Amino acid sequence: MELQKFTYDNRLSSLFLKATILWGLVGMLVGLTIAIELIWPTMTNGISWLSFGRLRPLHTNAVIFAFVGNGMFTAIYYSTPRLLKTPMYSELLGRIHFWGWQLIIVAAAITLPLGITVSKEYAELEWPIDVAIAIVWVIFGINLIMTTVKRRVKHIYVAIWFYIATFVTVAVLHIVNSINLPVSFFKSYPVYAGVQDALVQWWYGHNAVAFFLTTPYLGLMYYFIPKAANRPIYSYKLSIIHFWALIFIYIWAGPHHLLYSALPDWAQALGVVFSIMLIAPSWGGMINGLLTLRGAWDKVREDPVLKMFVVGVTAYGMATFEGPMLSLKSVNAISHFTDWTIAHVHIGALGWNGMLTFGMIYWLLPRLYKTKLFSVKLANAHFWLATTGMLFFAIPLYFAGFTQSLMWKEFTEEGFLKYPNFIETVTQILPMYWIRVLGGTLYITGVILMIYNAAKTIKQGSFIPEEQDEAPALEIRKPNPDKGHRLLEGKPVLFTVLSLVAILIGGLVEFIPMFMIKSNVPTIASVQPYTPLELEGRDIYIREGCYTCHSQMIRPFRSEVERYGDYTKAGETVYDRPFQFGSKRTGPDLAREGVKTSRNYKPDAWHYNHFMSPQKMVAESIMPPYPWIIENDLNTSTTAGKIRAMMKLGVPYPDGFDTKALDHLQKQANQIAQGLRDGGIDVADQKEVIALIAYIQRLGTDIHRESNESIFSEN
Amino acid sequence: MKIVTNALENIANIQIFPIIGLLIFLVFFIIMIYRVVKMDRKEVDEISRLPLEKDQAENNGYAESSH
Repeated sequence: MELQKFTYDNRLSSLFLKATILWGLVGMLVGLTIAIELIWPTMTNGISWLSFGRLRPLHTNAVIFAFVGNGMFTAIYYSTPRLLKTPMYSELLGRIHFWGWQLIIVAAAITLPLGITVSKEYAELEWPIDVAIAIVWVIFGINLIMTTVKRRVKHIYVAIWFYIATFVTVAVLHIVNSINLPVSFFKSYPVYAGVQDALVQWWYGHNAVAFFLTTPYLGLMYYFIPKAANRPIYSYKLSIIHFWALIFIYIWAGPHHLLYSALPDWAQALGVVFSIMLIAPSWGGMINGLLTLRGAWDKVREDPVLKMFVVGVTAYGMATFEGPMLSLKSVNAISHFTDWTIAHVHIGALGWNGMLTFGMIYWLLPRLYKTKLFSVKLANAHFWLATTGMLFFAIPLYFAGFTQSLMWKEFTEEGFLKYPNFIETVTQILPMYWIRVLGGTLYITGVILMIYNAAKTIKQGSFIPEEQDEAPALEIRKPNPDKGHRLLEGKPVLFTVLSLVAILIGGLVEFIPMFMIKSNVPTIASVQPYTPLELEGRDIYIREGCYTCHSQMIRPFRSEVERYGDYTKAGETVYDRPFQFGSKRTGPDLAREGVKTSRNYKPDAWHYNHFMSPQKMVAESIMPPYPWIIENDLNTSTTAGKIRAMMKLGVPYPDGFDTKALDHLQKQANQIAQGLRDGGIDVADQKEVIALIAYIQRLGTDIHRESNESIFSEN
Repeated sequence: MKIVTNALENIANIQIFPIIGLLIFLVFFIIMIYRVVKMDRKEVDEISRLPLEKDQAENNGYAESSH
């Protein structure tokens, strides 16, 4: 048969590769910065856009979407054409994809430090950027699927299925979780509230880990490990089975992020069962990756690429065993809200994603630049720095998480909390935070070595923009003699649709009952909407990323009820758009902060002084000061619009309340500010801090209200 | 969200959808496993070599470095 000649374009993979390195360094440096801020809270004193709460979302977004995102696209644009024996469908779409994605990253890097955020973890970006992400993602998807349609090989190799599943699922996750009602260009409210919002968010959050950090990297693994080891994958049959099992099961497991929360029990149980089942397909992948190296272990000893792949895949195995363990309720009771979670995710990020990316980069660079790697020694040094850095990062945090959780839960013989002051449990683990900084520094030093090595390799080589190849055209035989899975592999569009069905089933089973059955969120008569001032205060809470360190979810444990007050009920969250459960307690829970009879209650003046200087109120506090909240005037230009948006979403404010919102706000602000002035604090009504205090003093108080009469009724 | 909730509430017997979903998954999964086990060994080998072709004799760039 006649051979057709065609070329593979290396320009896009090379661009994505450079973007991976650049954003990887940026994301990790931001991570190092916030790690240092935790042990030196006044480091960026007074600079709002460098505060922990604003930089933490930037760190997570940069590492996930900029570092791993560009890494995955490098792999996809390099391996897809070679596996399908055809150029990518459209070079133009590829370029739009590349530049669009980088623009989105720049937009995130600007808006997040400015406090423009939705506050849903790993989905913090505001709606205009969300729209841009959806468009660029679809462009990428069209390019990917059309390339599979135009291929010259009969069968689509397993790596490509993982890429397709990634495209389909991330599209669904992103769109469903980002449905917001805009108030202005930079502010929107989610259409879901409270527990429902939490469920949608963690369905998203969990599956972002699954389909952004895992499936594309499994694709990467299935292409680059055989390449680097020069031998086929251990078991191709296993890859088929674990692919379908993985995408079917992953999508159900989201609720394990909300164990012991106000989420209904059946949903929590569903999350746990499917999380345990996940061990099987995850380890299917790990075993397949590692056993590919059977008989090639001599190579592993010398080749930094294979070393990195081995540690990466091993980290995947550890993290995917640990994940199901963490979703057991008894383990989760200890691990949740602690540094254990941070350690767990960094085994995944530094180990699995980091090592696979580095391995790929060291393998690709000499090939893209037709040269040898500048220094294998440096690459080996990078390997050791990355491995020890990861361990120095994670092990102290496991220790910190365990220690702090046990301290939270410890009672004296008399039945009192042994460590009633939260700060005692913080100072205990600070040495671990220092070691974490050391671990991060080692890891980043490795990356800097890689950058030097890469620059030198690029300099000594010459870039090959295109590579020639030839293959016979794909013969279409009718009727198709293939049966079963091979037939499916031959039909990319059908395959895409089936992947979509697979992931939709799990999502629907969780959502339909949650949104349909009203008894899942029992209403509480005394729970009322936020006043305009409290709503503005809440938006400041969101802007400053308070949720990155403070939870608002008291779990039904004796230790938590004793420390924080009555456990959180689903019905209390019905006006929370977005929900603010949080996922980490670097500081204490705030769900009942406003309840006057609670152990944690603080008067307005305390909060004022605490925002000005936390260390003045609690000497050992690791919370940063917030002088700008004290200095800034509250922006009330969108208050009426916010109330209107809430009313559109079904929040029962009285008719026409949007027009009276500003008056209501000023009256309440005057009351609080006057109280502070009476206590000798010189503060004007219109300062941001007044709104934030109003919100904090409202937290958790509704169920203690004696009358069910509307707080908005005029009398 | 109300629009979605109302729409969902008005679909008759929607409770059975998740169960149908689970059954589709199980049936698909069982058939898939059966087919995979029955796949032709030779063809499986051929597919699993897709990333390798041509590349096999290539010298890995990092095997010897210039420094």
